[in-house]
Amino acid sequence: MSELRSNRRISVSEDSKPVLPRHARLKFDETRQRWVILAPERVLAPDDIAVEILQLCDGERSVADIIDLLVAKYAAPRDDIGTDVMAMLQDLADKGFLTQAREKTS
Amino acid sequence: MSPTLTDASPVFTDPADSLAIMERTRSTAETFGIPLAVLAELTHRCPLQCPYCSNPVELDRGSTELTTDEWKKVLSELAEIGVLQIHFSGGEPTARKDIVELVQHATDVGLYSNLITSAVLLTRDKLSALADAGLCHVQISFQGNEPVVADRVGGYRNGHAKKLEVAKWTRELDLPLTVNAVMHRQNLHQLADIIQMAVDLDADRLEVANVQYYGWALKNRAALMPTIDQIDETSRIVEDAQLRLKGILDIDYVVPDYYALRPKKCMGGWGRQFFNISPSGKILPCHAAETITGMEFESVRSNHSIAWIWQNSEAFNRYRGTGWMPEPCQSCAFKEVDFGGCRCQAFALTGDAGNTDPACTLSPVHAEIFKLAETESTEGRDRFIYRNFKGGTLEPDADDVHGR
Ligand code: SF4
Ligand code: SF4
Repeated sequence: MSELRSNRRISVSEDSKPVLPRHARLKFDETRQRWVILAPERVLAPDDIAVEILQLCDGERSVADIIDLLVAKYAAPRDDIGTDVMAMLQDLADKGFLTQAREKTS
Repeated sequence: MSPTLTDASPVFTDPADSLAIMERTRSTAETFGIPLAVLAELTHRCPLQCPYCSNPVELDRGSTELTTDEWKKVLSELAEIGVLQIHFSGGEPTARKDIVELVQHATDVGLYSNLITSAVLLTRDKLSALADAGLCHVQISFQGNEPVVADRVGGYRNGHAKKLEVAKWTRELDLPLTVNAVMHRQNLHQLADIIQMAVDLDADRLEVANVQYYGWALKNRAALMPTIDQIDETSRIVEDAQLRLKGILDIDYVVPDYYALRPKKCMGGWGRQFFNISPSGKILPCHAAETITGMEFESVRSNHSIAWIWQNSEAFNRYRGTGWMPEPCQSCAFKEVDFGGCRCQAFALTGDAGNTDPACTLSPVHAEIFKLAETESTEGRDRFIYRNFKGGTLEPDADDVHGR
């Protein structure tokens, strides 16, 4: 964790390497049998696709890598998947729940 | 503790969205599903003495507090029944020597933890130990944007400087920060500067909360009640800042309901989506519920489970839903919207928690109370009654007090 610095309100591009920040936790809620993102004062309920994308966001894969993986898995046009993935991630970034890994400069 | 956390319902609905925010209205209304978030008031002890403190006037003594083992058992039980988030509050939660141990336990059982603190007791080592124990978020209360007003309101010397320091450490440790500012007549003129302070502190969120008038705040209403002009100005400043700081700082604003037309949907409705555990282990429908004297609340020390208390206890069921409502609520179109407002406020202002919240313009006593509040706001009675275990201490006379 310590080599990463959070950089909030990112703008998502194919090069970004997104990761959930420490205050946004993706977790399977056993009681309600669904995935949730826990954040300050909020509980988000991502749908299945969103969960799948988020599980791929490890701070090392780029958005382009993630799109490629999904394209291979669903055999769908890259443009369609790309648009969906970027929109979902940007939405999450705008809510303040997505950051990106980058080398610590200081 | 900050009175806003729980008023701002922890979840909002945002339909047609792959990241829909969980709302429980429908299911909870019928089944009283277990809340997603619970507030644990670890202690009523606090070095500050805010005149608007939302703790009951009759504070729990240190000797009655749940032990470390009792709290751990409670945390495990909460996680087991489906609670996802725990807010550690007080009093001042870090006045408990076992705070790191409790945060660690919350982490171990899978709870997302938030520390709601006045910050003045924290050292950098302590904060870093809390971060290592898995703390997910820190909320620090501020009483103003500079020490003169802030330290006077909190009744604690050098508190403001300490808070700034702790806020900085929080961000250095890469913990997300919410600044909580409770606003009233004697600090509203600092609002714009408080917003800037939150930006400078690199906070993620700012809660601008107007004082809610029950308990200590009701004792202090004449000293705290804002004027109508102040409120208009406040709304303008907040709206402007929300636009200007979009993507930089989230601002949650709790409107002062004395000057509103309809009451707030307090706690998202009594016993619908939230509960609070008091220092001595009582399970309460809201952090201020003990201000309703004469109501009995069940304790985690009883032989009932927490889930049983939530679903079956008399206190939770008394004002659940809409069946208990008197007129004008009973035949009102808004009864499912605001659930008749705040029970604590109804009790504080009418002596009966089962009445319509007088903040509502349809309440038979609204006009009278509104008028009184308006008058009080212009009388310049500025001396505070400080919150403490002695039942309150009146601030020394204006001549001896600096910082007006
Ligand atoms: S006295 Fe102030 S800081 Fe202490 S619990 Fe009450 S509101 Fe919070
Ligand atoms: S009458 Fe009751 S239900 Fe109707 S707006 Fe007022 S408080 Fe809400």
